[in-house]
Amino acid sequence: MFGLDFTQIDWKEIWTATLDTLRMLGASALFSFIIGLPVGVLLYMAARSTSGLVRFGYTILSFIVNILRSVPFIILIVAMIPITKSIVGVSYGVLGTIPPLVIGAAPFFARLVETALNEVDKGVIEAAHAMGSSTSQIVWRVLLPEARPGLLAGMTITIVTLVSYTAMSGQVGGGGLGDLAIKYGYYRYETEIMILAVVLMIVLVQLLQMAGDRLVRHFTRK
Amino acid sequence: MIELKQLTKQYGKAGSLTTALSELDLSIEKGEIFGVIGHSGAGKSTLIRCINLLERPTSGEVWVNGKNLTSLGKKQLQAERRKIGMIFQHFNLLSSATVYDNIAFPLRLIKTPRAELERKVSELLALVGLEAHRDKYPSQLSGGQKQRVGIARALASDPEVLLCDEATSALDPQTTDSILRLLLDINKKFHLTIVLITHEMHVIQSICDRVAVIHQGGIVEQGPVTEVFLKPKHEVTQEFIRQEMDSGEALRLAMQGQVNGPSRAVQITFLGSKTYESILSHTVHETGVNFAILQGTISTLKDTPYGQLIVRFEGEERAIEDTIRKLLEQGLDVEVIH
Repeated sequence: MFGLDFTQIDWKEIWTATLDTLRMLGASALFSFIIGLPVGVLLYMAARSTSGLVRFGYTILSFIVNILRSVPFIILIVAMIPITKSIVGVSYGVLGTIPPLVIGAAPFFARLVETALNEVDKGVIEAAHAMGSSTSQIVWRVLLPEARPGLLAGMTITIVTLVSYTAMSGQVGGGGLGDLAIKYGYYRYETEIMILAVVLMIVLVQLLQMAGDRLVRHFTRK
Repeated sequence: MIELKQLTKQYGKAGSLTTALSELDLSIEKGEIFGVIGHSGAGKSTLIRCINLLERPTSGEVWVNGKNLTSLGKKQLQAERRKIGMIFQHFNLLSSATVYDNIAFPLRLIKTPRAELERKVSELLALVGLEAHRDKYPSQLSGGQKQRVGIARALASDPEVLLCDEATSALDPQTTDSILRLLLDINKKFHLTIVLITHEMHVIQSICDRVAVIHQGGIVEQGPVTEVFLKPKHEVTQEFIRQEMDSGEALRLAMQGQVNGPSRAVQITFLGSKTYESILSHTVHETGVNFAILQGTISTLKDTPYGQLIVRFEGEERAIEDTIRKLLEQGLDVEVIH
């Protein structure tokens, strides 16, 4: 069909690349959430503080988040090489792509967290204050549970974005499906592998999005 | 129980200040149901939020149960707030939690042991009549049911005061009445002090012992509901009551009727047990005047019956004077209006 021959494909290589992509995704998503969630909560709280100093802190934090979000990912990878080396020891391969992936995705996720928290009904927070809740009780018992559908939607968007980031990291020998598609399809004109890698990534994104949507629906009570 | 001293609240920056409350004094007794009525923008919402310091007053003091809340630190304030329940116009329930978990919320804040929490929440569910709905989410409930959850939640921490912020304004008239009855029950059962703000005279009339009328950030009139309602002095109060009675225009028409001979239009107010006595008919029998009823209401203020009639006496001048004097002697309030 279309002059393509899928019989020559090295399935072992495809399998390894798929696993690499999943590893990169899993690790970078996990760390992005661990860093992005508190930063998002901090952004939300700082924006509402009555203290001028804290609100100034918000401006600074918000500025840093914006800068990290506006640096193109491909440049971030290169710029971060020394930092990456000092954290994970290497600046290439699956391990070497994780720090830039996290730094690329965590600020993005932090913004999504802030947006999700902004959606929480102000009245519920006021009621929690009236009941004598402390700040940490409001975060854990009101903000996060009430924002759960929004947070899950944000996580889904972040993971899907990370899929395309992992593909870019193929440029620096990151491994994974994106790397495979570029190496074979772009440099060696082996279109079959490129198509297969792209299809696998599409399937991956579809599955992630469906799972995410399902979770969001499950937790939506409005 | 609650004492507001020289309370002032201003919003905005210097130069463009809006004053929501200005040097307001108010004192609320333990165990009473105190109503604050006012138009939107009069400052009533700010007033009730100042009682538990959801809004911090610009100046002045808030005393609740012998403690000056305005002087407390964060932790102490949180502890005091647990003794002040609050319910809201839009209920403000956690949408992600079930009825049970919403009611349990204040108890979990203070780490109540599981068995006690279970017992307490079950009791409250029974009190507000929602046993069958304990595992539902707020979105599955009607407005009245949501407010019942709000009330149960507010009572969970055994408060001494319950603040009601337009608690019935989002409900239909029937549901409003059932919620008001519930509040009245709770007030009697737990001897709980209730402060409510509203723009509906009906709410004040149904359950309040005392009322304050707020206008442009200050209290223009206050006193027992029977007094303020039956003899309103300030024009804002009169307006609220006229809306409730819906009587201004009808009365004007009734007064236009021509009568031959001497006549006098008077407003007679009956209060308490006198409302149901045949005082008026006995008196006119004795004096021989006739009367026409131009307008009348017989109803209750909380549990106190009252009647207010506007009648036109017709007859000899002296007989009319006599009638009015006799009515006054029997403890009715008579005011000649025309």
